[in-house]
Amino acid sequence: MSDIVLNVENLSKQYRIGEIGTGTLSNDMKRWWAQVRGKEDPFSLVGQVNDRTKKAESDFVWALRDINFQVKQGEVLGIIGKNGAGKSTLLKLISRITAPTVGAIKAKGRIASLLEVGTGMHPEMTARENIYLNGAIMGMNKREISRKFDEIVDFAGCALYVDTPVKRYSSGMRVRLGFAVAAFLEPEILIVDEVLAVGDAEFQKKAIGKMKDVSSGDGRTVLFVSHNMVSVRNLCTSAIVLDQGQVAFAGNTEDSISYYLQSEDKSNIKLIDRTDRQGNGQLLFTKIEFLNSNREIVKEVFAGESIQIDLHYKVQKKFDASKMIFVLQFLDNQEQLMAAFPSDEHGTIFNIDFEKGEGIISLTIPSMLFRPNDYFIRILSFLGNTQGANQIDSINNVEKIKVLNNDFFADGRLIRNGNYTLLPGSYSS
Amino acid sequence: MKEEWDLVIKPQQKLLNLNLKEIWQYRDLLTLFVKRDIVTVYKQTVLGPIWFFVQPIMTMLVYVVVFGNVAGISTDGIPKPLFYLSGIIIWNYFSECFMQTSSTFSTNQDMFGKVYFPRLIMPLSKVVSGLVKFSIQFLLFLVVYIYFIINGVVVSASFSLLLVPFFMLLMAGLGLGFGLIFTSMTTKYRDLQFLIQFGVQLLMYATPIIYPMSLIEGNLKTIISLNPLAHIVEAFKYSFLGQGELSLYGLGYATVFTIIILIAGVLIFNKTERSFVDTV
Repeated sequence: MSDIVLNVENLSKQYRIGEIGTGTLSNDMKRWWAQVRGKEDPFSLVGQVNDRTKKAESDFVWALRDINFQVKQGEVLGIIGKNGAGKSTLLKLISRITAPTVGAIKAKGRIASLLEVGTGMHPEMTARENIYLNGAIMGMNKREISRKFDEIVDFAGCALYVDTPVKRYSSGMRVRLGFAVAAFLEPEILIVDEVLAVGDAEFQKKAIGKMKDVSSGDGRTVLFVSHNMVSVRNLCTSAIVLDQGQVAFAGNTEDSISYYLQSEDKSNIKLIDRTDRQGNGQLLFTKIEFLNSNREIVKEVFAGESIQIDLHYKVQKKFDASKMIFVLQFLDNQEQLMAAFPSDEHGTIFNIDFEKGEGIISLTIPSMLFRPNDYFIRILSFLGNTQGANQIDSINNVEKIKVLNNDFFADGRLIRNGNYTLLPGSYSS
Repeated sequence: MKEEWDLVIKPQQKLLNLNLKEIWQYRDLLTLFVKRDIVTVYKQTVLGPIWFFVQPIMTMLVYVVVFGNVAGISTDGIPKPLFYLSGIIIWNYFSECFMQTSSTFSTNQDMFGKVYFPRLIMPLSKVVSGLVKFSIQFLLFLVVYIYFIINGVVVSASFSLLLVPFFMLLMAGLGLGFGLIFTSMTTKYRDLQFLIQFGVQLLMYATPIIYPMSLIEGNLKTIISLNPLAHIVEAFKYSFLGQGELSLYGLGYATVFTIIILIAGVLIFNKTERSFVDTV
């Protein structure tokens, strides 16, 4: 006996895109005949990889293709990937909501899935009635629910309203009630989709704490899907990255997250192809790259961590490099200037490699003192002074960088979102 | 290396995969669904469960006036209220079972898309909550029945009263079987929803609810005899009122018919439940 509790083998799921109709009767008959003989669907072989950006070549698409992974007991596996990478489909297959096209899932013990909290709750019924109903839908029996009833009410913090119809609850309260029921499920394998995204901060902390208890304390296995890298990082012991329906990466949480952050967002127009630039073009910027402290190319950075921004250039015509002024600016999504790095004031004189005709201008920021949000980068370059007429190559909205929430003050708490800078400092009284 | 897995999810499964053990494990869910159905219908109403009586009484009064007095259709000498009421309550049970189960997939698609439980629990719970409603209406029927007996109307019940639970089982089986077939088909072809609405209406006129079987003759009788519900309703009326037909041949036919429909329903339902989330 090994301690593997979930084994996913060659799992594939195919969807038909466009109209789901009968197609032609003869095709339907062929498919039906293949099914009767227990053969594989003859029309499923023409499927293609799930790439949303390309137009379909056939009527079928593989939402998942040849997924293989194993989960050990007590492991918390994070499943990350872009929208449409197949995360939800995978969860739906494992939680038996829909059947796979090819492959198999083998599991030991009960599986409970939490793709939504409060499934089946009826607004006209009281919290008490709904706890029983929701618990039973999740697979508990009456006795189990009765045993945990007080704990559930306590966790949801709704003891006062336990006999009030749920329709009078605020939406937040309803979520808490739903999560409370789910938190006291005792399956061997728990599947959680991004349900933690709702609810207030205090409750989120409670929920994450509860999930940690479930896996470390009781030795149960959790599959966790989220876009929120912070909670994945906090919660998971390992992770897999899905891309276009395939497992792109599997490994420990840190490696998976950085793989995911690197691979994300390749679809933008390359800087070299941009035409919305100003200046005489003696020098052109061709590429921008963000490097984290491990010198990996990323699109996102955790608040308070260091980052290096590399701007690749190519020379079109020789000029006096000692007079060059370069400015990199951060703007928020309202185009408000948040921070700037003017090279003349920094006292930098650039070494432009006219021999080779190309090179890199690097800016190192020791600490990204921003609240979590998206920030946009603008670059400006001038010859002599910063008047508009003297521009060499200036581009607005060069690239977006996402600042992720982090334990900014190194005390185990996350900071609030916002779009302004946070400076280090300390209070005393 | 051979390992023991508690659960194996595969693309193709056996044609008939009833898994009664699993349904038994979820029996608490079934009772809770039944409770939800009963409790929530009349929440925030003044009369509450009294509404369960109002519908059959009103329907009976309309039938007495329209079919009994205006159209003058014979009731085989049975007091009109009793004759119509007996037909109405047993018909209500069938139509409740059928109508409720035939929308299983479309009304529960949100829930089915989020959580797994044996899908058959849902239609089964509708059959049971239908039975609860039937019991309440049956009580009403008994009150009326006893009232007429006290007032000296001679109604001769028969020993086949003992078979009434079996008649109910047949009604439930037919309603459930047809419901399962229709709900499975409507996930792909929505047209059937419209058919169900007036289909049930039409079917009622092909069943001896507002008329006694004895009134029908010739070809029409052959056609109506094909309707398994006709035999069950007649046997039900015969048991309580002593008028009607208790045909063993007809009941045998209805039983076989019910079994076939039920098996077909479960088969189609089984096949649909595995992937309906993708097509609904």
